[in-house]
Amino acid sequence: MKLGKHLLGIEGLSKEEINLILDTAEKMREVAERPIKKVPALRGKLIVNLFFEPSTRTRSSFEIAEKRLSADTLNFSTGTSSVLKGETLLDTVLNIERMQPDAYVMRHASPGSCGFITNYIKGSVINAGDGPHEHPTQALLDALTIRQKKGGFEKLDVLICGDITHSRVVRSNIHLLKTMGANVTVSGPATMIPPYIEKMGVKVETNFEKALLKKDVVMMLRIQLERQEKALFPSLKEYFLTYGLTEERFKLCDSKCIVMHPGPINRGVEIASEVADCKDSVILDQVENGVAVRMAVLYLLLGGGENETSN
Amino acid sequence: MKQKEIKRKEILDAGGIARSLSRLALEIFERQQGQKDFAFIGIQRRGFPLAKRIAQKLKEMEKLNIEVGALDINLYRDDFSTVGTAPVLRGTNVPFTVEEKTIILVDDVLFTGRTIRAALEAIVDIGRPKKVELAVFVDRGHRELPIQADYVGLSLNTRREDHVELYLTETDGKDSLILESGK
Repeated sequence: MKLGKHLLGIEGLSKEEINLILDTAEKMREVAERPIKKVPALRGKLIVNLFFEPSTRTRSSFEIAEKRLSADTLNFSTGTSSVLKGETLLDTVLNIERMQPDAYVMRHASPGSCGFITNYIKGSVINAGDGPHEHPTQALLDALTIRQKKGGFEKLDVLICGDITHSRVVRSNIHLLKTMGANVTVSGPATMIPPYIEKMGVKVETNFEKALLKKDVVMMLRIQLERQEKALFPSLKEYFLTYGLTEERFKLCDSKCIVMHPGPINRGVEIASEVADCKDSVILDQVENGVAVRMAVLYLLLGGGENETSN
Repeated sequence: MKQKEIKRKEILDAGGIARSLSRLALEIFERQQGQKDFAFIGIQRRGFPLAKRIAQKLKEMEKLNIEVGALDINLYRDDFSTVGTAPVLRGTNVPFTVEEKTIILVDDVLFTGRTIRAALEAIVDIGRPKKVELAVFVDRGHRELPIQADYVGLSLNTRREDHVELYLTETDGKDSLILESGK
């Protein structure tokens, strides 16, 4: 069992590949519990974190994963780079390539940009979010959290609610959950649900309360306050009244339902504080699993050995 | 590809393996006598079930309760390269402190010594044992590093290109020690 050279998206990954990543991530969790939280697996490998869009969570999570595996890291973000001086994506990449990196972790606003740079580099590319296209490691850490709490994915009823149109997290999660055998429903204001989303094998239910009925997993998405100017809904207050996950509404789900959120959360917009902090909320478990999943992906893409045993 | 004739010979069957393990357990007991503070750490994948079996024998023969941990050395290997597949991780699980203890590392086959080098590095990251010893089921020679076992179940004369495989019920469905040699 071997992963490809790059991780550009969940689309195209098989059930076996996803399970391999999740199983490896489960084993990586042990490293975080040691007094010395570091293993030499990727010693001498150079990994470039190339972030053309702001990110705190994902970038720090990748950086911790890289450090725990002893890789060398180079951080590159638009705020401090020549991109501000007008350098193109390709020129930036070609320059960094001459420093012989073994992998790029890249976030960029344009869908497909991570796939694009694979044509110009020798190492691996890991997509850390390319516009509204995919964010594979987020879906994988969500999956690891679901598997830990629910034991598996078969016949699980999952609801994803929020701005479905602009969310790369949704796209990666739909691919993953469908591949693993779960049922997925999406909900949110009709202005935030793209036409033909049913073709991805999901159900659409714009009535949030109906959508919540008997769900095993509810994934709330962040309302991107910066998109408010597009007037996709009248006001934040109205959004909360219609689509906010309140304690009252949460009771409509299965009694063992868990609440997830990719963060950062807007309390009182898409989720009430009482729900975000309740015992069924696994939001912080997701963050913790993020490091393990990223360690697993880096190890599987970069940690090739000759054979399994040489005694 | 040139077809090579491969000779496959069973060196020990289940009974032979059980007898060798009993002998190995007794040897460990004799040498550790008086010392209570020792524990086994088996190297994944087959060293771990072997360590559990040795601990079980010590329980049956001498009523000793010895702790057993599992060590995955794949994150410590020195032969990583960009070709090939990342080895499957089986996980490290050492549910006790190694500080101030004699740790007996257990592995199935001792060959180049590179696995043991990696295991020593991995153990140091977990803690600082008083002493580390090595027990192997088969020593087949051809070391590439200055490493020797303290306890050996069976010494086997092999050629460098031979292949020695210890199959165990826990991992492979049956007990059998096989020597494969190309002609």
